[in-house]
Amino acid sequence: MISLSHFLVLGAVLFSISIAGIIINRKNVILLLMCVELMLLAVNMNFVAFSYFLGNAVGQVFVFFILTVAAAEAAIGLAILVVLFRNKRTINVEDLDALKG
Amino acid sequence: MELIIFYVFSSILVLSAIMMITVKNPVMAAFYLVLSFFATAPIWLLLEAEFLAVTLVLVYVGAVMVLFLFVVMMLDINIATLRKGFVKMLPIGVAAALTMLMSMIMVFNSGYFSIEKYAVPERHSADYNNTAELGQILYTEYLLHFEVAAVILLVAIIAAITLTHRRRANTKHQDIDKQVRVKSSERLKIVEVKAEKRK
Repeated sequence: MISLSHFLVLGAVLFSISIAGIIINRKNVILLLMCVELMLLAVNMNFVAFSYFLGNAVGQVFVFFILTVAAAEAAIGLAILVVLFRNKRTINVEDLDALKG
Repeated sequence: MELIIFYVFSSILVLSAIMMITVKNPVMAAFYLVLSFFATAPIWLLLEAEFLAVTLVLVYVGAVMVLFLFVVMMLDINIATLRKGFVKMLPIGVAAALTMLMSMIMVFNSGYFSIEKYAVPERHSADYNNTAELGQILYTEYLLHFEVAAVILLVAIIAAITLTHRRRANTKHQDIDKQVRVKSSERLKIVEVKAEKRK
């Protein structure tokens, strides 16, 4: 039988992969956004697993809201990316130093 | 049987996630992310979250990832400069991921989440309707949250359009402000013309 810890470990593996992805692809903004999407997927996996094993559908409602906010975030993030590329001709994180941070 | 399905799809999911972060071409990375969403949907079906599994494929693969692919293909990016330092950061990334993974797995396998503590629930009968159950909660208890989510989506639409919309200079369009502010004296000029005398 599949226990709860199977799903939790799967979520943890996905989350760790996306953390590694953020570290090794830290120059490419598009890949950073994709890694954030993968991270949200890992979190959603935990919510759905707990919702099933606790017999409580509220976890799935929460995943529904996370999906909504993630879609909005992706749309706005990509719009910012397009404007950025139009103005600076690059999406390299290291070239985005206009604020001297 | 369920265990086999779980292992098949979770191995596809993990492999495609690893490929996504290591592959060279951002377009291929987007496709691998699509594959990992597709592999997640059957796992959610195992957890009797049918509505969310379908939503994941429809909304994520159908809308969000298409948007990603659209942007990736539209931008003319130089992959070589973006890949600089990839090999140097690889051991750091793997070390950070492994440290996190090990600590999380130690917690998960310590017995708090074992099958004795969380017994596997009985499967629902064939006429169980996951969508109806979600809707029952969503439209009663969480109605306010649902409305707020709708407003967030509206904000996202407006923000995305205003950010990327560019008005070209030589196109003809209405300027409502100017039209409202106009006065009759600007439009109508009464000129007195002297009539010629009849001969």
